[in-house]
Amino acid sequence: MSSDGVAVELRGITKRFPGVVANDAVDFEARQGEVHALLGENGAGKSTLSHILSGLYRPDEGEIRLHGELVSFHSPRDAIDAGVCMVHQHFRLVERFTVAENLILGDRRGAGRRFRIDPTAVEDQVRRLGDRYRLPVDPRARVWQLSVGERQRVEILNALYQEARVLILDEPTAVLTPDEAETLFETLREIVQEGRTVIFISHKLNEVKAVSDRVTVLRAGRAVATVSTAEASPQSLASLMIGRSFELAVRRREDGARGDAVLEVRDLWVEGDRGSTAVKGVELAVGAGEIVAVAGVAGNGQRELAEAIAGVRPWTRGAVLVGGRRLRSGDPRRAYRAGLGYVPEDRLGMGVAPNLPLSMNVELKSYRHGTLGPLLRLGRMRERAQAAIRAYEIKAPGPHAEAATLSGGNIQKLVLAREFAGELRVLIAASPTRGLDVGAVDTVHGHLCDAAALGVGVLLISEDLDEILALADRILVMYEGRLSEVERRDDLDEIAALMAGSEPGS
Amino acid sequence: MNNSLVVALIASGVAYGTPLLFGALGELLAERSGVLNLGVEGMMLVGAVMGFWTVQRVHGSSALALVVAILVAALAGSAMAAIHAFLVITLRASQIVSGLALTIFAGAAGLSSYLGNDLNLSGLPAAYSFHAVFPNSMQSWPIVGPIVFGQNPLVYASWVCVVAVAFYLARTRPGLNLRAVGEAPGAADAMGISVVRYRYLHTLAGGAFAGVAGATITLAITPQWVSGITGGAGWIAIALVIFAFWRPELCLVGAYFFGAMQALAPELQARNINLGPTELWTNSLPYAATVIVLVVVSSRGARRRLGAPAALGVPYVREQA
Repeated sequence: MSSDGVAVELRGITKRFPGVVANDAVDFEARQGEVHALLGENGAGKSTLSHILSGLYRPDEGEIRLHGELVSFHSPRDAIDAGVCMVHQHFRLVERFTVAENLILGDRRGAGRRFRIDPTAVEDQVRRLGDRYRLPVDPRARVWQLSVGERQRVEILNALYQEARVLILDEPTAVLTPDEAETLFETLREIVQEGRTVIFISHKLNEVKAVSDRVTVLRAGRAVATVSTAEASPQSLASLMIGRSFELAVRRREDGARGDAVLEVRDLWVEGDRGSTAVKGVELAVGAGEIVAVAGVAGNGQRELAEAIAGVRPWTRGAVLVGGRRLRSGDPRRAYRAGLGYVPEDRLGMGVAPNLPLSMNVELKSYRHGTLGPLLRLGRMRERAQAAIRAYEIKAPGPHAEAATLSGGNIQKLVLAREFAGELRVLIAASPTRGLDVGAVDTVHGHLCDAAALGVGVLLISEDLDEILALADRILVMYEGRLSEVERRDDLDEIAALMAGSEPGS
Repeated sequence: MNNSLVVALIASGVAYGTPLLFGALGELLAERSGVLNLGVEGMMLVGAVMGFWTVQRVHGSSALALVVAILVAALAGSAMAAIHAFLVITLRASQIVSGLALTIFAGAAGLSSYLGNDLNLSGLPAAYSFHAVFPNSMQSWPIVGPIVFGQNPLVYASWVCVVAVAFYLARTRPGLNLRAVGEAPGAADAMGISVVRYRYLHTLAGGAFAGVAGATITLAITPQWVSGITGGAGWIAIALVIFAFWRPELCLVGAYFFGAMQALAPELQARNINLGPTELWTNSLPYAATVIVLVVVSSRGARRRLGAPAALGVPYVREQA
């Protein structure tokens, strides 16, 4: 087996979207039998590049070679037929189908091409592949019954079942616990042993160090370097990635003085979308001026917890108090009146009304104050929006600009401007910096800390440990609907153990 | 024994339920691909008039005329469905609006009526119609005689169709692909299954079934043509699909249940049992049940729980720039 053969070669790939060059003359090369990491910040062009390689996008310029041969993909199917399979962040599975049925769906060889389908034959094959690559799943289980980790295994099994020579994994660990991630890395090493190629997309340095043989770093749409992982230090990779040496400023104040509890949650139970219980008896308190962070792998009930407190999702049992006032289940207006601000995870869907102008978005909560009967005071709304644009440095053409036309960072500033208006006691911030660039992250962090300094109790829900360590006075970890407090704030092992659901120290 | 109310009711339930069954099977195929077609009533009416017109025009053996009539009705239903398919699949128009428009366009006050009156079909008896095929001696067997052997060939054809559709969905590759297209078009597309092609084909097949359903009324049940002859059967067929949790075998049960309800009033009358005002509710029961089912399942949550295809009613746009 030649491990030096070049499996994938991209030359001068350019892809433009309206107003952006997502990939700018990118050269990339991955060998047979290696795990090749594509490292870069959000928006650096990793996903675009992988979509081009997996046939979802067509490049505007440049060429793709597989094992030396020039190829041109018109659809994901073309790529699969050529042996390139992508494991998406949002899984491409039919939820109501069994695992075996999902595999048959893409099968265009041998047994799968027959008119009659026979899931039992495939089930054996799934078990065999699962044993060999440490990807255990029940082939008869329906996909909607599986955890996200298991669904990812199904996607990888699918790629192996289709006999993919090149596997692309798009931020595969985002949905995994640290232990699951470790198992995934072992699986990937097993896969490349046989001369396959794995392209591993990530923005996390430690993962890239742990799993890859070589790294190509992307920055602002360009491939800036390809280096051997063993020879690269995390610092050097980080500076390649962001173009300047950068560290998240630690903003935590030393004294950690904590006022009276402004937010109290008592024995809260909340149902998830599927009718299962997502939040199970959560107790927490946030003091005035305190930043309390909830860490955890996505999907452990954080979203439901935030939504329940904010009043947009009813709870089944328990109580929430803001500044001593009891909130009502599923009553966002009451929560807002009690002094609660909410920065939702789904910025564009829930944070703003995308097709309304900025001026109306800023006033979404407060427009009832001082109106002329049923009439809105548009002039005053425009003035306030102007003020918000100045105060929060929102980059927008003006108050009339539709919210949807703003960038992610500016939408978040707009949301903060709205939530900070009025008398704020408690701020719930759910993944407030997800997908933002470094500068915007810094601005958002600054606003959160300013709020805390003014005596607002901040509940920060985030999957980003660096962010949590930089900001939080206290750290809680959510796992399967329950919260546990981290005792020694800077003990990463303890946090990791809690995130994986095990007792610390055991 | 064969004159007992229950046996008579089941036997006519099967007969009256057959157009509902055809209509529901067709709608089921379209919905499984993700296309909701509220035009069933309109497609049935066009099938009814075209099928009836064919037997008046085609001469020769009765079998030939009837087979051609069914084919023409199927073709006419497909042609109507093609309008819907083009609007909602290619142009991505609202499926609700397009389906309703189709029923209005083709329906009792539209195309089907115009065709029927223009061709002077009203009031004529059908030149050929479907009759029971088994010998009288078999038809008089207790219980199974009238229910199983006293039916016309379209009933037996519908049974074959139920088995074929069930097998198609559960055990064949195109059936699996069809379900994937209705559940997760993005995933299906990524696997190289043409979402557009599957949706077109099954919407057209649904139209063909609806056309046959209409012809079943004019060639086997009445057998004559008047304007608006389906009398809302298309709507019942749509409700039936939901009733049956999108499963063909349950469509059969539901169709015969609704069929028996339609047969209730005439069967009682035939026995000189006068229900007086009760007749009102026996006649309106199928429609009331339809309304209730449609209201209940129009909430998203209920649809998911009942097993509606996840992408039902949602146009598919490939995420590509």
